Amino acid sequence: MGLAKRIIPCLDVENGRVVKGVQFVDIRDAGDPVEVAKRYDEQGADEITFLDIGATHENRDTMVHTVESMASQVFIPLTVGGGIRTCEDIRRMLNAGADKVSINSAAVFNPDFVREAAERFGSQCIVVAIDAKSVSQPGEEPRWEIFTHGGRKPTGIDAVAWAVKMTELGAGEILLTSMDQDGVKNGYDLGVTRAISDAVKVPVIASGGVGNLDHLVDGVLEGGADAVLAASIFHFNEYTVPEAKEYMAQRGIEMRIE
Amino acid sequence: MNTIAVIDYGMGNLHSASKALEYVAPDAKVIVTNDPQIIADSDRVVLPGVGAIRDCIAEMQHCGVDKIVADTLGTKPMLGICVGMQALMQHSSENGGIDCLGHLPGEVSFFGNQPSVNAEHLKVPHMGWNQVQQIDHPLWAGIDDMSRFYFVHSYFVRTQARDMVVGTCQYGVEFDVALAKPNLFAVQFHPEKSHTAGLQLLKNFVQWDGSL
Repeated sequence: MGLAKRIIPCLDVENGRVVKGVQFVDIRDAGDPVEVAKRYDEQGADEITFLDIGATHENRDTMVHTVESMASQVFIPLTVGGGIRTCEDIRRMLNAGADKVSINSAAVFNPDFVREAAERFGSQCIVVAIDAKSVSQPGEEPRWEIFTHGGRKPTGIDAVAWAVKMTELGAGEILLTSMDQDGVKNGYDLGVTRAISDAVKVPVIASGGVGNLDHLVDGVLEGGADAVLAASIFHFNEYTVPEAKEYMAQRGIEMRIE
Repeated sequence: MNTIAVIDYGMGNLHSASKALEYVAPDAKVIVTNDPQIIADSDRVVLPGVGAIRDCIAEMQHCGVDKIVADTLGTKPMLGICVGMQALMQHSSENGGIDCLGHLPGEVSFFGNQPSVNAEHLKVPHMGWNQVQQIDHPLWAGIDDMSRFYFVHSYFVRTQARDMVVGTCQYGVEFDVALAKPNLFAVQFHPEKSHTAGLQLLKNFVQWDGSL
């Protein structure tokens, strides 16, 4: 008995619409992030993450309205990521009703932004997103590096050391996306998930590459993740959130099941 | 009309708390404010709070909210949430040690100093859905014992005044997550983010007459 592991559906949002597609059978407007979030909320999702993949100012204004609208109808925690570069960006999202913001590239370009944000808004709402890719050759000690620009640009920064540094600067949670796996559906990279989860004191969310429910189980039991994030397996109705929770609970993982 | 003042002292996410109250009490008037007169005229008061305790207490003092809380306590139903609960205690070890408002006996301590459980190290903040063991109180009406609520905090409350404890939780250590006195209910978790159970608790608060 105690703290449950979390399931976090993630929605990629652009100009107020969910992209990548969501195929819930009984949602009329499949592209409305608030409708999709409500559906996940009804299913018992433990949190929701919106990733803003648009880059324009207009898009950002739309995102603020989307967050406001969700926060008046869905009463579970909401994390907003994508394009969070300044304390003003954070303030706007929190005021709109987000509970946490996820900082990605901005942390790589200016690590002190994480410190500034944590000091101003509290560590509890600062998630640092890390995109990590394996860079070790077969037979070598496993090593992972931070990549930016959707996994295209290597930075030479060691992912585990970076995660530790981010938490020392005030990150309250790490969202770890293993780039090798993202979209490939072979499961999380359990090596880097375990290495980072053991190295940091804050909760770690595993992300990237989920194709079935065993991957979620492995992320927790082998990767040591405190939460598992997934998109397509839920969007396309391959599995529902309750199915995932039931399956994980059967494997001995503490889950919130109502 | 039932008016609910959500006390604003510049810290954190008041939108969530006020939206959740509007959702459970569509006929009530929810006002986010630090105006002493509006708070004095309201039927019930919510004291939210997120972030570091030092900043919260400093902002409360800066806005005169410390005085408003002192004047309001016990006179009408008040709900303290998260750091809003911690602020009511005597002292917190956060930020090198901070005197809180001192309305309730008890200490606020750091989770990070707790021993690990089953060899797995305890992640701090305590973040996510944990079970609350209830002790009889009107605000638990319609909520099953051991229901899960959403927590996010690194410091926890323990009080020696066991008669005011109406909810406890386990995370490496047992700690107090709901405290009650006449016209006061204070919780460590976020009812505004706790889905069905949290909304039910807010609904109960909106109808509460303040008695134990």
